[in-house]
Amino acid sequence: MEKFKKLNSPAVPVAIADIDTDQIIPARFLKATSREGFGENVFRDWRYDKNGELVQDFPLNDSKYSGKILVAEKNFGCGSSREHAAWAITDYGFKVVVSSFFADIFKGNALNNGLLPVQVSEAFLTKVFSAIQKDPQTALEVDLENQTITLVATGEKEQFEINEYKKECMINGYDDIDYLINQKTEIENYESKAVKFW
Amino acid sequence: MGKTLFDKVWDAHVVKHAPGGLDILYIDKHLIHEVTSPQAFKEIENRGLEIFRTQNMVATPDHNVPTLDQHLPIKDALSKFQVDTLTENCEKHNVNLFGLGHPFQGIVHVIGPELGLTLPGMTMVCGDSHTSTHGAFGSIAFGIGTSQVAQVMASQCVLLQKPKKMRITIDGELSKGVEAKDIILYVIAQLTAAGGTGHFIEYAGSAITSLSMEERMTICNMSIEMGARGGMIAPDEVTFDYVKDREFAPKGEQLKEAITYWKSLKTDASAQFDTEHTFDANNITPMVTYGTNPGMGIGVKESIPNSNGNAASFDKSLNYMGFKKGQEIIGTPVNYVFIGSCTNSRIEDLRKVASFIKGKKKAANVNALIVPGSKQVEKQAKEEGLDKILEAAGFQLREPGCSACLAMNEDKVPAGEYCISTSNRNFEGRQGPGARTILASPLMAAAVAIEGKIVDVRNYLN
Ligand code: SF4
Repeated sequence: MEKFKKLNSPAVPVAIADIDTDQIIPARFLKATSREGFGENVFRDWRYDKNGELVQDFPLNDSKYSGKILVAEKNFGCGSSREHAAWAITDYGFKVVVSSFFADIFKGNALNNGLLPVQVSEAFLTKVFSAIQKDPQTALEVDLENQTITLVATGEKEQFEINEYKKECMINGYDDIDYLINQKTEIENYESKAVKFW
Repeated sequence: MGKTLFDKVWDAHVVKHAPGGLDILYIDKHLIHEVTSPQAFKEIENRGLEIFRTQNMVATPDHNVPTLDQHLPIKDALSKFQVDTLTENCEKHNVNLFGLGHPFQGIVHVIGPELGLTLPGMTMVCGDSHTSTHGAFGSIAFGIGTSQVAQVMASQCVLLQKPKKMRITIDGELSKGVEAKDIILYVIAQLTAAGGTGHFIEYAGSAITSLSMEERMTICNMSIEMGARGGMIAPDEVTFDYVKDREFAPKGEQLKEAITYWKSLKTDASAQFDTEHTFDANNITPMVTYGTNPGMGIGVKESIPNSNGNAASFDKSLNYMGFKKGQEIIGTPVNYVFIGSCTNSRIEDLRKVASFIKGKKKAANVNALIVPGSKQVEKQAKEEGLDKILEAAGFQLREPGCSACLAMNEDKVPAGEYCISTSNRNFEGRQGPGARTILASPLMAAAVAIEGKIVDVRNYLN
C-alpha cells in the first residue's frame, strides 16, 4: 500500500448525495480479475452519455477542475461492498475523498487501499463546495498526521477523525494482512478453545 | 449489564483486542463468489501465503452466470474468464466449490442457508454486502471488501471495530397482501438509506418472530440498504426446525447440544442498545420505491413526496425515474417484471407468485422473468409443478443466478423502461444502463405482471 502523509491539491466537486458504488463503478465493469484499470470507468454512466459521448459538464470531465481530491455530498459509497469502487477512484488518480458521511464498507475498503476518507461537518463541506465554485483551482490541504483539512486560501480548517491504528497503517503503508499473519499463534489458540457445533 | 444477541456472538469470536480499539474477529464461514475473489487469491499468491483454513470456505459462481443454457460454455468471454478463474483458484487452493451445473450451485446467500452452512451463533463473511441475509439465523454475517477477503484467506480473521447496536422492534400483525419485503422497505423508508450506518441491527417483536425463516432472510438481507453492517434475529424453534436435516448442519447428539447453546443466543432483558426504533406492523401496506435508493419508498397508495433530504439529489433521482413530485405511482405502466435475487428468490417466493398467477396470464406488454435463487429451489419448483403454472402464465422461468438484480449477465432492463423488481437495489443503472427499478414484494410483482401497470395487490386477494 502507498504511504500517505500530507496532500495539497485542488479538488473535483461532485455535489451529489448518496453516491452508491454502482455509480462509482457499474457492475458490468466488474469482470476483470486484477485490481488495475478500473479508473477508466469510474462514474461511467455519469461521465458518458448513452452514445458514449463525454458529458461535458460532469465535474470529472470539466477541464476547470483537477486535482487528487474528490469532494462529494453525504453518504458517499453506499451500496455494494465492491472494493472495485475504491480501486476505480484511486486508479483514476484520487488520493482523498471528502464527504460529510461515508458508508461503512466503503470507508474500510478505501483505508485498505491507501485512499483517505476525510469526514467533515456539513457546514465545512458547504464551505468547501462554495470555495471551489468561486475558484475551481483553490487548494485544499489534507494533513493526516495532524488530522486536519484546510482551505488554503482562507486558512479555515477542520479536524477529522480516523482510527489511530488505521492512521499508522496509512502513514507507513502497512496493511491488515501484515498485522494478522503475525497473530497466528493467538488465532490457533482461539481455535482450540472456541465452542463449535459446525 | 446484560448482553445483546450481537454482543454474545461477537464476544465469543474475539481472538484478541488489537490496537486502535479494533478487535481481531474469528470467522467461522467464508463464502466466496467469482467477482470479488480473484484479486484476493492473487494477493495471497503474490505474498507467498497459503490459505489458512480452506475447510471454512465455500465457493459458488452467481453474479455473472447466464440464466439460460447453463450447460453450455458461457458466451460472454469476460464472464467466462471470471467464472473459470474461480474454478481454477478453488482447485488450486482446495476450496469446496459448487460450480455451474452442480446441484448445490446458486446465489451465495441462498445456498448458505439451504445447505445448512449458515448456522446460529456463527460469524460469516463474504465479499458481498448482502451477506447480512444470513443474520436471520442469529449469526453475525456481513459483507467485506476484497482486501478483507484476502485477510480472511490468510488468517481466518478480520480486524474490525465493534459496531454500535440498534434494535428495531416491530409488533403487531401484518395485513393480508403485506409481506416481509414490505416490512423492510417500510423500515428503510422511515430510517433512510443511511439510517443504520455504523450499526448492527437486531430485529425483534411479534411481527418478526411470526415470520418464516425465508421471510426473516428477506428482512436481514436489506439491512445493508440502510447502511447497517448487518442485521440479525434471535434463533428460535422456527430456526431450529429449518436447520435440522440440512446437508451440512449438525445431526443427532451434536444437533441437540448445538440447540442447547443456540437457545442462549438472545438479548438479555437488561441489555442496552445504542439506538432503538419501534414500528407498528398495522401501519405497513404494500410498498414500492419511486427513486434511486431503497430509502425512497412509499405505500403503493401514497403519492411521491415533494422532498426527501438533499434537494438537488432528490430532483436528479426523480428525473432519472421519470416521476414528478406529488405524483401517484399507482397506474404507472410497467413492461418489465423481475422476480429473483437473494432477497426474494426462494421457494416460498416462487410458491406465492405461482399461487397468485395460477390460471391468469401476464399482460401482453410485460416481459416477466423469474429466476430461482439456486439449483435446489429450481428443482423443488419443478417437483411442485410451479414451472407449469409460471410458464402457462407467460413467465420465463430461468436457471439460478443473480441475473437482473445487477445485470452483469445478459438479463438487462432496457434504458428508460420501468421494471418492478423483487431485488434490493434501485440504484441508477443497476438493472442495466438507464433502467428504472421499482422495488416491491413478490406478490406485488406478480400482480403488476398480470395487470401491466402498478396496482395494489390487496385488491386482488379475497
Ligand atoms: S442477487 Fe443481487 S444483491 Fe444478491 S448477491 Fe446477487 S447481485 Fe448481490
